[in-house]
Amino acid sequence: MRLTDEEKKMLDGERGEGVRKAMDMLVAMGKAFDAPRMIPVSRAHCAMSGQEGDTYWCELLVNGGATCKVVPTTNPNWDVPTLTRHYEVPADKLFLARRTDDVYRRIGAAITYCCTPELAGNVPAFGEHVAFSESSATPYVNSILGARSNRESSVSALASAVTGVTPYYGLHIDENRKGNMTVIVDTELNDAYDWGLFGWFVGLHAGTKVPVITFNKKAFSGTRPTPEELLYFTTESSTSGAMPMFHMVGITPEAPTSEAAFGKNKSELELRVTRKDLDEMERLVSDPAGKIHLVLIGCPHYTAAQLREVAELLGSRRIHESVHFWILSSWDAIELSRRSGHLEKIERGGIRVVADTCMDQPPFDQFRGKLNMTDSAKCAHYQKRRGLPFVLRRIGQCIDAAVKGEI
Amino acid sequence: MSASSTVVKCRKLIGGVSEGEAIVSKEAINFYLCDPENGVLLEKNHHLKGKSFAHKVVVLPTGKGSSVVQLDGLFQMMEKKNLPKALIVIDPEPVLVSSVYVVNIPLVDRLETDPYSLIEDGDWVKVDADNQTVTITKK
Repeated sequence: MRLTDEEKKMLDGERGEGVRKAMDMLVAMGKAFDAPRMIPVSRAHCAMSGQEGDTYWCELLVNGGATCKVVPTTNPNWDVPTLTRHYEVPADKLFLARRTDDVYRRIGAAITYCCTPELAGNVPAFGEHVAFSESSATPYVNSILGARSNRESSVSALASAVTGVTPYYGLHIDENRKGNMTVIVDTELNDAYDWGLFGWFVGLHAGTKVPVITFNKKAFSGTRPTPEELLYFTTESSTSGAMPMFHMVGITPEAPTSEAAFGKNKSELELRVTRKDLDEMERLVSDPAGKIHLVLIGCPHYTAAQLREVAELLGSRRIHESVHFWILSSWDAIELSRRSGHLEKIERGGIRVVADTCMDQPPFDQFRGKLNMTDSAKCAHYQKRRGLPFVLRRIGQCIDAAVKGEI
Repeated sequence: MSASSTVVKCRKLIGGVSEGEAIVSKEAINFYLCDPENGVLLEKNHHLKGKSFAHKVVVLPTGKGSSVVQLDGLFQMMEKKNLPKALIVIDPEPVLVSSVYVVNIPLVDRLETDPYSLIEDGDWVKVDADNQTVTITKK
């Protein structure tokens, strides 16, 4: 790999041990993916999520004197003051949350604590080279916004924030962004939930291919899919698989036509999606119905439009006294919901809304072994590790079940 | 090296030398879905559900899943001393490579012969990433 003089100084430790480690990782990745050189990035997003492995890496860098050249935004951790009012959390987990908070401030990150930076807060322009982790954000910035990022991990995105560069390979290069797989959607998609099931199905089959997607039936209600529909698609396809980019003909900016989306490539695989496939995805991910203890919504973070939808679906009803109902959202969406009068309606019905928080965090551990409910396949999937079973259904059904106490 | 060993060339992604019993995954792996206490895969619908990756040389097609959890899965296994000994991957992706970099176990790809035709569960496999070789001793 050809490095500039400054990059060599970073690699040789002249800019400190933290910068050296960050550059050493990027060089290892550059070699792995046959990158000829580094390129500057103008934005970064770190999917730190209060996870110990990630915090460990950030501490290694910052204790070695590193700070960020490119100020990254950050994924959620969890809202300690709010959630510890409701749930007991062991001292070591509290300590990890504080450690993470502390170390990301020290390295110079923007503490946005939001997993949807591409909707607000860190929105790259068409053609911009960036280093975005958060698996739902990466395909979104590539495919919907036309910016350029590889599928960075939280740690490689932080290495890029510290050094200001990323190896030049993969989706930074024109020809790698072209489609090589066909997806034909033969079913209607009615809402973000359907788009999530559709994403889960595509992720299972696409591997690291770049699908070119066409719709034979009505897949969205306006002139194009909503940001929430697209976000559910990218979230679930990145959970069941590792797809970093896709095209939707006539919708995404690099796919005005199918020919433009494929370029010189041939389609290596054709996938047809039917209603039966979507129903099967729900069955695959969901646990069986029953009495519900916790409804956990907002993976990815609910938008202001989704908070509005919850207020409308709930109406004047109240959730069952035995059910805990949390919606995770971003601080700006919550503020907008408050100003617009929706937050009050939601909270009046017994639903709690909290910022800065990822579902995969210790406050919810007390629901281990009890049946819970979500509209996010990603949430249901990762909570298996914590021992929390989840029924997967659309938001309206989650609210109905919360009112009744069961599904 | 015993008489029945086969040595094949590979490419180093993350350096180091290590050896252990092989476990072969036909499906992509997300190590976050392992129990760090014993390395056992908990993932619903994965063909290796219930099997452990601890102290094994793992053959896998690629990594999968979200951009922070792969590292945390490996990190928690490292904390409990249950990391795999080494990984042999077909299609490396950035999340897997950077996560393995942090926990620092040998990671190789581009074996000169398809590892799925060479390696079966229970074979003894030595991964010498520094010298870019993999040595397989059939069980």
